[in-house]
Amino acid sequence: MGDLDLVTFLLALLAGAVRVGTPFLFVSLGECLTEKSGRINLGLEGILVAGAMTGYAVAYLSGSAWTGVLAAGGAGLLLGLLHGIVCSLPRVNDIAFGIALMLLGTGLAFFLGKAFIQPQAPMLPSISLGAWSDDGRVRSALNINMLFFIGVALAIFLHWGLRSTRWGLVLRLVGDHSESAQALGYRPLRVRVMATAVGGFLAGVGGSYLSLYYPGSWNEGLSSGQGLMAVALVIFARWQPLNCLWASMVFGAAGAIGPALQSVGISSGYYLYSAAPYILTMAVMLATCRPNRTLTGAPGELSLNR
Amino acid sequence: MPGLPTVLSIISSFALFVLFLAFQGKPAFEALALVFEGAFGSSFAWENTLQRAAPLMLTALCVALPARAGLIIIGGEGALVLGGLAAATLPLWLTGLPPLATLIAMGMVAMLVGGFWIGLNGWLRQKRGLNETIGSLLLSYIAIALFNHLVEGPLRDPSSLNKPSTVGLDYSLMIGMISEDSFRVHWGLVAGIVACVLAYVLVRHSVKGFALDVVGGNVRTARMLGLPVNRLVILTCVLGGAAAGLAGMYEVSAVQGSANASLIVGYGISGILVSFAARHNPLAIIVCATLVGGIEASGSLLQRRLDLPDATTLILQGLLFTNLLAWEALVGRITQWRIRLEEHANKSKGAEVQHG
Amino acid sequence: MSDLDRRKFLKLAGLIGITAAMPFSFARAADKPLVVGFVYVGARDDFGYNQAHAQAARIIRSMPNVKVIEEENVPETSAVQQAMEAMIRQDGAELIFATSFGYFDPHVLRVAQRYPDVRFAHCGGLWDESKHPKNVGSFFGYIDEGQYLNGVVAGHMSKTKRIGFIAAKPVAQVLRNINAFTLGARSVDPEITTTVIFTGDWSLPVREAEAANGLIDQGCDVLTCHVDGPKVIVETAERRGVMSCGYHASQAALAPNGYLTGAEWNWETPYRAHVEAAQKGETMNNFLRGGLAEGFVKASDYGPNVSAEAREQADAVKASMIAGEFTLFKGPLKDNKGNVVLAEGEALGQTDVVLEQMNYLVEGVRGDI
Repeated sequence: MGDLDLVTFLLALLAGAVRVGTPFLFVSLGECLTEKSGRINLGLEGILVAGAMTGYAVAYLSGSAWTGVLAAGGAGLLLGLLHGIVCSLPRVNDIAFGIALMLLGTGLAFFLGKAFIQPQAPMLPSISLGAWSDDGRVRSALNINMLFFIGVALAIFLHWGLRSTRWGLVLRLVGDHSESAQALGYRPLRVRVMATAVGGFLAGVGGSYLSLYYPGSWNEGLSSGQGLMAVALVIFARWQPLNCLWASMVFGAAGAIGPALQSVGISSGYYLYSAAPYILTMAVMLATCRPNRTLTGAPGELSLNR
Repeated sequence: MPGLPTVLSIISSFALFVLFLAFQGKPAFEALALVFEGAFGSSFAWENTLQRAAPLMLTALCVALPARAGLIIIGGEGALVLGGLAAATLPLWLTGLPPLATLIAMGMVAMLVGGFWIGLNGWLRQKRGLNETIGSLLLSYIAIALFNHLVEGPLRDPSSLNKPSTVGLDYSLMIGMISEDSFRVHWGLVAGIVACVLAYVLVRHSVKGFALDVVGGNVRTARMLGLPVNRLVILTCVLGGAAAGLAGMYEVSAVQGSANASLIVGYGISGILVSFAARHNPLAIIVCATLVGGIEASGSLLQRRLDLPDATTLILQGLLFTNLLAWEALVGRITQWRIRLEEHANKSKGAEVQHG
Repeated sequence: MSDLDRRKFLKLAGLIGITAAMPFSFARAADKPLVVGFVYVGARDDFGYNQAHAQAARIIRSMPNVKVIEEENVPETSAVQQAMEAMIRQDGAELIFATSFGYFDPHVLRVAQRYPDVRFAHCGGLWDESKHPKNVGSFFGYIDEGQYLNGVVAGHMSKTKRIGFIAAKPVAQVLRNINAFTLGARSVDPEITTTVIFTGDWSLPVREAEAANGLIDQGCDVLTCHVDGPKVIVETAERRGVMSCGYHASQAALAPNGYLTGAEWNWETPYRAHVEAAQKGETMNNFLRGGLAEGFVKASDYGPNVSAEAREQADAVKASMIAGEFTLFKGPLKDNKGNVVLAEGEALGQTDVVLEQMNYLVEGVRGDI
């Protein structure tokens, strides 16, 4: 690999981290909130796909991409609410309901989305931070979508909020020890429903990034499991919103590594590269898990720990 | 009343399905009639349904057995594809045996590989404290990547031109239909039913099964009783993985004739739902798998007769499972309420009990 | 389908259902419509492979005395066997188009053995007279002719002399396309190289977009592809201001500036041939192939920015292909590892099945298989 190739490769990884990582960022922040409240929502995959479809459809019908993003969040909110409410019933397994929701969400999106595969919806704008450079690669890598910045701001906000605000503490208390929360007069179920709904909203927005920016079209093969991966990602990020940001970038870069390596001429084993994020997460879990002890940072009420 | 939630959820999900279609001006009742016709309306429909149900019974066991010990495994897909791959490649090394012996060996190796893969989850959980749900999901992704790498790389048959596959099985190693003329479903169905019945006997009528229930109920009690908790947990994982691996072997030797990417079509995911819908009861799995197989089988008719999208059956499945899970809880709650109301008939209403 | 039609159809379907339940042998009545089934592996609108088939099926629908039934998103498992059987037994299909390569062996072969009176036309399989049933036919188009023309145009238009090719899997049909494209480009300028990226599957939009960006960053200024839906790649190229060549169907509308031309299927021709043969009761054509000359494939109209000399040369090659005077794969030809695959003087005609078993990349392609 020559110097030029190395620069291209690193730039591709960096650009990929942002481009591919942004939907990861939103779903993982959503899942992080949900899990902080003590629930796990495996249905984010369905919500992501439903969000992608709704976002595209509404953007096309209204002519405004941002309206589409909001609608995608709204669709995600509704599905998240459904998960939150049903899982508040006794003896409903949140993992099982999540998988059922995955089926329902993708089913609805595919059914209602047939009419929107062909039309062209307006795309989300991006900001060119690379105008100073006359290198096309740099300009392209620094052509960054607004949603990424919103996601970063959100990660910082949530990081601060979970530590230093009243609602953040309530959420964590509910997730760590719901009986104490109840004793203090809070209603754990209501908090969880809200956290799951907001988580759904964020996953829906993540979906709209896929359909309205990158790769920027609606079709049935759009998602390749980003929603399901969010669950692993949150563990990778040790339930910290700011870590979700870094973890999303790492997962994004890992998703870009196969094409990036091939574009500079290293082309064997691309299936194994694409499994890199999973192997990485597995390694992190192995390195940090001990028997008879829950993961540091893991909410105590999370069904994963019981 | 174990059947009540099921009946209620079938009614409510079909009602929602009809509403959903009618709301969009689609012929809702015709669609409903076609679902029944396509799933159970004729002997052909039954064959179609049962054929689709067969792999789901085995992958559902991969969820149900560990669930008896309190584990939620969602990575059956990985065990299925690796089991199928092992079964497809075994005849390449193991030549000279009579076909039946080779087939049995293929089944064994598929079960071994599948059992190892899910057993690894159990082991990692018990020995390293690694959460089995996420662990199995990750391991399943890794298994699929490994499968693709091997099938399209080192194990690829160079003559598989446009669809990379392993070397095709000899014709004598292809498992046929139960009856070529009157019952065209491959033997995987028998394997699925037998496995479910065996699993039922294991969990309901054996000492191990009782021990498992204790472990699944409360690990501390189990340890106090001196039960070999780790061994029991890992055993359920191995058995579950073996079932999924066997499903892979049947996909290879009864359907595909080789291992290729068509093994990865989501039998593992459907199996999770089937198992939860059956409340991890192995006998109920047979019924639930048939129901899911039936819905999938009816998709054909819905597309051809009414021009509905293929996703229609996906919606129906989603509705069915969401409703099932909800009704199960609601029926439980209603019964509880009734008991409580009877007990406290004259007392003032207590505050609503919170469930966490 | 209007409501009236649908009711009639349901009644008819019911009747067929009853007859189908009995052991039957169908003798065709001349006035009865021929029921033709189409099975697709993906969604009918994908701006690519399946859409090209579905568009042609729509034309068949308008033929006289033909009833078309369709099923999409059918995986290459026993599900496709069930789908075809259902078409035969529930709707009385007499001709089935199985449009995905993976349907052929074992699925189509198995169902065909069971229903010797039904015709099965499969897209892309290699029918073998000694092994396969007579009611199975394989049809395919020499799309590599279109790819060669793409290459010629791209070769003229590329300034960086680097072209990017995004492909799903290193399988024979894909390799033949990559090679034809590269040969076309290098016929203009032997300095040109084609860089290949394999994504690993037929539809992975995010990875396809990532591959497109990677290739553009590498200096490629023309992109083309062989994946199920080229939409994402063509759009990404347009957004980054580089040129693109289309595949499967026309993507001209997606890239008004950068779209050069494209290799498109014209499935209507083989479909029509099979339907007409079935209607007339003629024996089935088991191995139907054709290229530009036979109208199985076509080239998209040139984009507005294609230079005059590119048009001129591509038109000349096209004319010679249609006249049957052009040989695409001829010696001396080396693969990209330096081995001679065709010696001086050797030539392979388009109909040669050796080409359908291609397992190398030609000189000038950067990438491994």
